[in-house]
Amino acid sequence: MSTEEEVYQEHILDHYEDPFHRGTLSGATHAHEGKNPLCGDVVRIELILDQSDDEGGKVVDLYFTGEGCVISQASASMLLEAVYGKTVDDLKQFSAEQMLELYGPRLTPNRQQCCLLSWKVLQSAVHAPIEDAG
Amino acid sequence: MTTIKTSPTTTDLLPEALRNDFPILNGDLHPGQSLAFLDNAASTQRPVQVIDAISTVYQRDYANVHRGIHTLSERSTELYEQAREKVRALIGAEHAREIIFTQGTTASINLVARSWGDENLRPGDEVLTTVMEHHSNLVPWQQAVGRSGAVLRHVPLTDDGRLNMEAFDRLLSERTKLVAVASVSNTLGTINPIEQIVARAHAAGAVVLVDAAQSVPHQPTDVRAWDADFVAFSGHKMLGPSGVGVLYGKEGLLDAMPPFFGGGSMISEVQFDRFTPAELPAKFEAGTPPIVPVIAMSAAIEYLNRVGLDAIHRHEQTLTRRAYDALAGVEGLRILGPAPEHRSGLVSFVFERIHAHEFAQVLNDRFGIAVRAGHHCTQPLHALLGITASTRASFYLYNRPEEVDRLLEGVVAVQELFAPRGRRRRRKPDE
Repeated sequence: MSTEEEVYQEHILDHYEDPFHRGTLSGATHAHEGKNPLCGDVVRIELILDQSDDEGGKVVDLYFTGEGCVISQASASMLLEAVYGKTVDDLKQFSAEQMLELYGPRLTPNRQQCCLLSWKVLQSAVHAPIEDAG
Repeated sequence: MTTIKTSPTTTDLLPEALRNDFPILNGDLHPGQSLAFLDNAASTQRPVQVIDAISTVYQRDYANVHRGIHTLSERSTELYEQAREKVRALIGAEHAREIIFTQGTTASINLVARSWGDENLRPGDEVLTTVMEHHSNLVPWQQAVGRSGAVLRHVPLTDDGRLNMEAFDRLLSERTKLVAVASVSNTLGTINPIEQIVARAHAAGAVVLVDAAQSVPHQPTDVRAWDADFVAFSGHKMLGPSGVGVLYGKEGLLDAMPPFFGGGSMISEVQFDRFTPAELPAKFEAGTPPIVPVIAMSAAIEYLNRVGLDAIHRHEQTLTRRAYDALAGVEGLRILGPAPEHRSGLVSFVFERIHAHEFAQVLNDRFGIAVRAGHHCTQPLHALLGITASTRASFYLYNRPEEVDRLLEGVVAVQELFAPRGRRRRRKPDE
């Protein structure tokens, strides 16, 4: 049994070809962009966070743009789908291990970096308000 | 589906039996899947003759070199110095003392950039390199001009990925103090006209450093025919161990250069406040050198000499042409670099939409093929070509035409696996 079927499972290729919320978000309150120098993968995530209550805030909407390998782009789609509608606290508590679990197939350390790119960008984005938003 | 109609020119191929010398090539990579090792531009595999040489030295001869009066130190020193003579003969240098053992090509180039560069570069001087250099022949010069106030310039490419020699002539001037150039590009495969470059550089009064890491292992080298001033290469790209490399320098230049590393071995006399450097080559070999890697590299050179570097070159040319012709027929695939007659034993390519890492992953997992995917330590060249990464297949004496055919089969399979086919993600109920 080769490992390749695992790395590129059908539902991953589905996310790659038909991603969740790929695009820009008008009225975004938070945004961040990151790169994976190994592959040249780029992911940018834009969010609208509602922080009007005292509960720490809620993810109203989020979109990603980017380019790069299948793992980096499919994992971004999977991550955004998973945290859509969650609270900001949920999002902050979403760990790297959970991200790798969400992706599914076991990845070598180098390719884990591809998978974790969008996760890192999202973790930074919630702390990166857009200055003139509002 | 692309297929190959031509059969290999068997007369130009080396005997398949030499694969038996390489234990790593003869096991399965995955159960039922043999290994096709096509990442030789990054590092090569070792024949049993080299592996045994390492084991023998440690079991029979090992001690520090140039120090002991005892028998083992004498034996190790003799083997170490025999290796120097073997390297001298390999590259056609005049004197063994012009052969400096280093940790590798990178260390060799840094030695020149630090020692020669810091001594000779002044504000307003120019170092001329090319846009196809490996980071190891670029970053040390960025650092050297940073320290000296000199300026770094880069020779551009022709449209087909060769050096633009007209631009080279325009960039070369009396300000040019050093030209740093690869004999073979590790990404494009381009074979550069070193004799011509050296002649023109010398006419302008510049010295020339040749990064020969990708050529010494694959074809005969004659540093005196090149008339190069410095030549750097590595052991691990020519069947030897990692951690050892060579700097060749013309005696007069090396003599005039200050030592780079200070320490044991590189001195003739030391007082509390000063030292007198040793003669060549010890002057540039401070500390305990990579003794066993040097001796094992010598065994690698013996192996290469027995097969013959001319024969190795012809073998690789046959494989490269086969790979080039096959890949050139794949729709949507772009080969980097020039036509086969201007290239050494490697082919790098990019494919619209599909990232190089997908190629490397699937070729490895499904076909047992090891290729390099990424920027191959030529990030500026990739940026210049408008890409972030490429896939590179690089050949050596043990590769076979069947492995080239397997590569093509794999490339076509990757293309099919990632072709858009109207896939739909499973929607959530509320989406």
